[in-house]
Amino acid sequence: MSKPKLAYYLAGGCGGCDIAVVDLSETLVDVALAVDIVFWAPTVADAKYKDLEAMPDGSIDVGLITGNVRNSEHDHIVKVMRKKCKVLIAYGICATSGGIKSLVNLYTTEQLLDKAYVDTMSTDNPDKVIPQTSCIVDSKYDLTLPALFDAKPLDQVVSVDYYIGGCPPHYDHVKTAFTALLTGQLPPPGSWITSGKALCEVCGRNPVLTGKPKKFTTTIKRTFEGTPTEGACLLEEGYLCLGPITQGDCGVKCPNANMPCRGCGGPIPGVKDFGTRAISAIASMLEKEELVDEIPDPVHLFYRYTLAGSALGKKLNR
Amino acid sequence: MAEWEPRIIVIACHWCTYQGADLAGSLRYSYPPSIHIVRVPCSGRVEPEFITEAIKSGADGVFVGGCHFGDCHYRSGNYNTIKRFNLLKRALVDLGLEDERVKLEWISGSEGKKFAEEMTVFDAKIRELGPNPIKGGANV
Repeated sequence: MSKPKLAYYLAGGCGGCDIAVVDLSETLVDVALAVDIVFWAPTVADAKYKDLEAMPDGSIDVGLITGNVRNSEHDHIVKVMRKKCKVLIAYGICATSGGIKSLVNLYTTEQLLDKAYVDTMSTDNPDKVIPQTSCIVDSKYDLTLPALFDAKPLDQVVSVDYYIGGCPPHYDHVKTAFTALLTGQLPPPGSWITSGKALCEVCGRNPVLTGKPKKFTTTIKRTFEGTPTEGACLLEEGYLCLGPITQGDCGVKCPNANMPCRGCGGPIPGVKDFGTRAISAIASMLEKEELVDEIPDPVHLFYRYTLAGSALGKKLNR
Repeated sequence: MAEWEPRIIVIACHWCTYQGADLAGSLRYSYPPSIHIVRVPCSGRVEPEFITEAIKSGADGVFVGGCHFGDCHYRSGNYNTIKRFNLLKRALVDLGLEDERVKLEWISGSEGKKFAEEMTVFDAKIRELGPNPIKGGANV
């Protein structure tokens, strides 16, 4: 039997998810031997878009896409990937829900370009030159750049078969996912590849797991204020941890290092809109309603990784 | 094209606000036809997702009605409601939605008149704000 073919595309991402694959270390050797990597752009394999476009439709067994869809180039290649791949996986929180980079949806493209190329104090750009989608150099070379638009999660552009959360996914989880892929033990299409457990269910700080009662949150603290008590639930201590609604496939790395969960793992099964459900969960844990007004900047806290995938998806009246 | 008419979703708790709406009808108080009531067991059942989903689907205003404090049939439902609602509202306002487009009010089963008045005031406010900025109004 021939080896399954794998394609991998990094759209509007940072490459961190690629590093998570490399972090498989020895397992990566097994994975690399078990599959035939036909396309991995732009980070690992030397492949061109035209090579991918030339492949027959449905000829690739598994396609992984990381990063959100942020410009016309991503949009085009993602659609090509969908045609060529039998199974398409949104890999990492940017592809599944928009990611931290989808916070760009709080601003218009014009505002962002202005900020980056004109407004900042350290920028020297008296002619206010900003990137254009096409420009002619030396009156003969026609150069083009992709057009920017609002960040979108992958499933707003093409249909997605499986989702893997995380920023980036923990390598143990990647290992589990790859093993499931290679052995064909996959959940029904459209689902997340996850243990299905919330972070709290696997967190050593959760008092419920040791038979103690769960207490209300009585104060609101920012992460730089004080140090949490060793082994105590961060929510009880006043640090707004999003563990109750986040998938716990990450090995509880952040709470173990005294940092509250920010929800990069993606929503637990059954939750469509992470930010809104996070608002619901956290608000219910507050002791009194006055604490609601003490929470700083709810949009950046609750929609940090999922703004593009949320119900509103962007800021209105920007 | 027909003139824009607001479409307002009222999520009413079964034990108080819905009874208030019922009483408003029995007492022949009139309120605007733009009001569409959804009955839920308790205002504590109203997940923030219900509100965002209504707005996403084009509702021009969302009104949540529950029992006064101490009156909740399930004892503490409305105490959760106000925390969730206020936090969601802060996020929605930060996301550019008008402050007045979503509203929470306690209306008891005996306050039929208050129900009719609240609906009239809310409808007038939504007409003043204009169509939902997401879809340009439910009729479009």
